[in-house]
Amino acid sequence: MNVLTFVDAFFSDSAHWHGYDGIPQRLLEHVQYTLLALALAAAIGLPAGLLTGHTGRGGNAIAFIATAARALPSFGLLVLIVVTLGFGLLPVMIPLVVLAVPPILVTTYEAVRSVDPAPVDAARGMGMHESRILFQVELPVALPLILSGLRSAAIQIVSTATIAAYVSLGGLGRYIVDGLYQRDYEKVVGGATLVALLALATIAVFWAAGRLAVSPGVRRHRT
Amino acid sequence: MNGFFDIPSDLQHSWPGLIGLHVREALLPVAAGLLLALPLAQLCVRLRWLYAPVLGVTTVLYAIPSLAFFVVLIDYTGQTELTVMIPLAVYSLVVLVPAIVDAVRSVPQETLAAATAMGFGPVRRYLQVQLPIAAPAVIAGLRVATASSISLVSVGALIGNQGALGNLLAAAQKYDRPELAVNSVLTTAALAILCDALLVLLRRVLTPWMPRGSGGGPRAAAAASQRPEAEVAAR
Repeated sequence: MNVLTFVDAFFSDSAHWHGYDGIPQRLLEHVQYTLLALALAAAIGLPAGLLTGHTGRGGNAIAFIATAARALPSFGLLVLIVVTLGFGLLPVMIPLVVLAVPPILVTTYEAVRSVDPAPVDAARGMGMHESRILFQVELPVALPLILSGLRSAAIQIVSTATIAAYVSLGGLGRYIVDGLYQRDYEKVVGGATLVALLALATIAVFWAAGRLAVSPGVRRHRT
Repeated sequence: MNGFFDIPSDLQHSWPGLIGLHVREALLPVAAGLLLALPLAQLCVRLRWLYAPVLGVTTVLYAIPSLAFFVVLIDYTGQTELTVMIPLAVYSLVVLVPAIVDAVRSVPQETLAAATAMGFGPVRRYLQVQLPIAAPAVIAGLRVATASSISLVSVGALIGNQGALGNLLAAAQKYDRPELAVNSVLTTAALAILCDALLVLLRRVLTPWMPRGSGGGPRAAAAASQRPEAEVAAR
């Protein structure tokens, strides 16, 4: 099949494995953008989601913010920021963070809110402080769902971080954008394959994180 | 702002024309995705073993960046609207299948038994019991799919003026007119919010038994935002 030949040609060309435009370098850049954007989005979405989920207040505000953030087009936002602020890392990070906040925020809020009220009441009855209830009772129970929100966000960032190449930065999008302008389909298909593989690796990382971080009791209860 | 609605003539459309084009390029794929997702989801509900492989394939498809998808398709469908709409239909399908499968599966056994006892055949039971009960979750999935579809059409600008409102972004760079980029982002966002509001309205009309103001909020959105990947690892 056509596409498979391109994939094979791309990966067997040794020129694609070295230097500043080599696969290891581009992969590293892509992972860096992804981690930075995910960290920023988590720094916004997690505390806000935990707090609103714990108090049960602000659900409408969360829904509104999520809808508004989803409505903003990532690519449009990128071009808009570039034409007004110029090139750099910041114009790429803003659309990626806007993209990643809604899934993290909404899932975290919903995860904490849907924790069985009985253990929470028991913890409160035992005299636990509200912050201890949040971190030692609600958070461990809500963790699987919170991780799934982070995973959705991470996969969307991995796939969308390709737009960084459009504003002259690196990452795997380089192959796709350069391939587009050079009419080099081998490069485009190779780049897309790498992004898809990175997304699958992300799923694997989150699966492992779930295995390590989720308490065995919670895990057994869920399955 | 000066010349905010002053669209360069090489886009070959007025501002309302671009909006119409954008709506068509974004919503037709969602409709196509829904039409394909309904039977596929039903098949996954009937044949349990089918669900995991279907989710696996759709997850990989979802991870392919839209731009790469467009460029690869140019070889087959040329620089046309179809090249933009096919990937969007695939993304919609990917969001909708797990939403529908989970919703149909979560219909209580007693409800199904009651329908069977009332003499409903499988088709009637699906259309008149399972689907209406699943409607809020299906619409939650549609909301996510519609928002992302409207946002992604703009990327079509990169493959040669196929991005409707996104073409304004290219024009903003070409003619150094930032106000066109502002116009593009604001119009796209307004379009997405309008479609979202219409879907919320549709849910209210379709599910008159649901309490007002609660059902479709963050809860439904959370259910829908758990993309297929979430399902894969949960099993």
